[in-house]
Amino acid sequence: MMINVHTDFLQTACMHVALALLVVLTAVPAFAQVDLTGVWAARNHEDLEGMLPGDYTGLPINDEARTRADSWLLSYQAMPERQCIMYTSHYVVRGPQSLQLSSDIDPISGRVVAWKMTGTIDRTPRTIWMDGRPHPSPDARHTASGFSTGTWLGDTLLVTTTHLTEGLISHNGVPSSNQATIREYIVRHGDHLTIAMILYDPIYLEEPYLRSKTWVYDPTVQVPPEPCEPVWEIARPAGVVPHYLPGTNPFIREMTGKFNLPLEAVRGGVSTIYPEYRKRLRDQYVPPATAPVLTPQGARP
Amino acid sequence: MTAGNISRPTVIAIVMLALGAGRVAAGQGRGTPAPAPSAKASAPIDLTGYWVSIVNKDWRFRMVVPAKGDFFGTLGGIPMNAEARRVAEAWDPAKDEAAGEECKAFGAAGLMRIPGRLHITWQDDNTLRVDTDAGRQTRLFHFGAARPPGGQPTWQGESLARWLGLAAGSTRGGEGNANPATGGPSYGSLEVMTTNLRPGYLRRNGVPYSAGTAMTEYWDLFKEPDATDWLVVTTTIVDPRYLQLSYETSPAFKREPDGSKWDPSACSARW
Repeated sequence: MMINVHTDFLQTACMHVALALLVVLTAVPAFAQVDLTGVWAARNHEDLEGMLPGDYTGLPINDEARTRADSWLLSYQAMPERQCIMYTSHYVVRGPQSLQLSSDIDPISGRVVAWKMTGTIDRTPRTIWMDGRPHPSPDARHTASGFSTGTWLGDTLLVTTTHLTEGLISHNGVPSSNQATIREYIVRHGDHLTIAMILYDPIYLEEPYLRSKTWVYDPTVQVPPEPCEPVWEIARPAGVVPHYLPGTNPFIREMTGKFNLPLEAVRGGVSTIYPEYRKRLRDQYVPPATAPVLTPQGARP
Repeated sequence: MTAGNISRPTVIAIVMLALGAGRVAAGQGRGTPAPAPSAKASAPIDLTGYWVSIVNKDWRFRMVVPAKGDFFGTLGGIPMNAEARRVAEAWDPAKDEAAGEECKAFGAAGLMRIPGRLHITWQDDNTLRVDTDAGRQTRLFHFGAARPPGGQPTWQGESLARWLGLAAGSTRGGEGNANPATGGPSYGSLEVMTTNLRPGYLRRNGVPYSAGTAMTEYWDLFKEPDATDWLVVTTTIVDPRYLQLSYETSPAFKREPDGSKWDPSACSARW
């Protein structure tokens, strides 16, 4: 029997429903499988090393990085012209901050065009482009956030960042260069968000530096903006830049004194971050009789 | 049938096709169900092989046995409660040795943060085995149905595991990736839940965890273009007796080509 679809509304509707079912039920997700949006609270249960001067433990740094870090004085960051210099993107896994993640969505396609990451390491959200755009020319401007693009590997977001300015690997002056690049794997497991950051720096690292950190979903946490307005914090003669000349930093041996660790152990480097190094320490380490009292750099005059 | 007309059987066929395709897509096709593949066969990632710890965090708490009472860093630390602190301040390695409990720091809740190497193998098709050279410990991750509760608590407890994510051949790919057709790339994680633990130490200097501890781990594998494989174990430890809130860590490992650096050592209460 033939029917005329122009006059049989029921049949037409039935066909449309069938075609819609065909499309919907056979479709597979093509993009952005995991929702990363929300506020993620820091859980600083692993210590934030690098808060003490001369503590380079766990860092695969080279001599050049050590030399730069030894010259570091925290009040360098208190100079008016440097107060608003941002931490670079890789500091996210070192610092104590919570994170806020949001997405920019194309209203037509529904695709995530970019993820925005806000934390207290930077004053503006960091953008992770998801629209397939290429990284700019190597000569393009470098910034603290750098230029980041993302791609999904299954349910893991891989973020590649280039165009970084010089920055800090740790709070006590261990530097990263403007040639550094980052690859980050962002994984959400339920209410836990883990970022595994791998820093590549041909100037200051002996090998790639992996650091991971976990945050816990908590919508009650506030990640406020941090507008920066320079002020005079410390009176200094014009032109003075806080620093230590080579060999004059009086705090380099602080870790060794407090923890009875040999100096070479706290100076970092690849040889100190693998289990073999534990055996080297075994014959020379005697724990201090009492737990040391720690004074972070920021609490010093 | 003309452009403006369509036969009723054709409409019915389209409806049936749509519904049938939907079932296939949802994995709900009728008929005799095929036996579930083993955990080994369905593994979306390959964790087997040798792995070495990267001691890039809490270095002074892990590379050496810290002093008695040295619990916190400059800005971070284990969220231990007052009772845990009282117990930890009474830590005495000589007592542990006398009691034959030198392995208290090598239980599952502390083991992955002790510098050393892992050797991961399949003990059978549904049991993943993790051996450590530090302390000569063995963890067994059992896939499948939950095992009957009970039994004596052990240092490594009872671990239930399951794969999360996408098996090879899945059609669910990520934007920007090649379509992972059969044999193509696959992604996923290993979830491990561990209970029935014998009380031990979260840290070498006596920070305790109790028999009521539950540990959840996500083992994630990251493969870098320079052929380096990294393993990060996102770990949540819950202990109502000694922790104020869950204890969150993420120890990292790097794959090694072989076992030439495998160096077993016994548990030690002092080192």
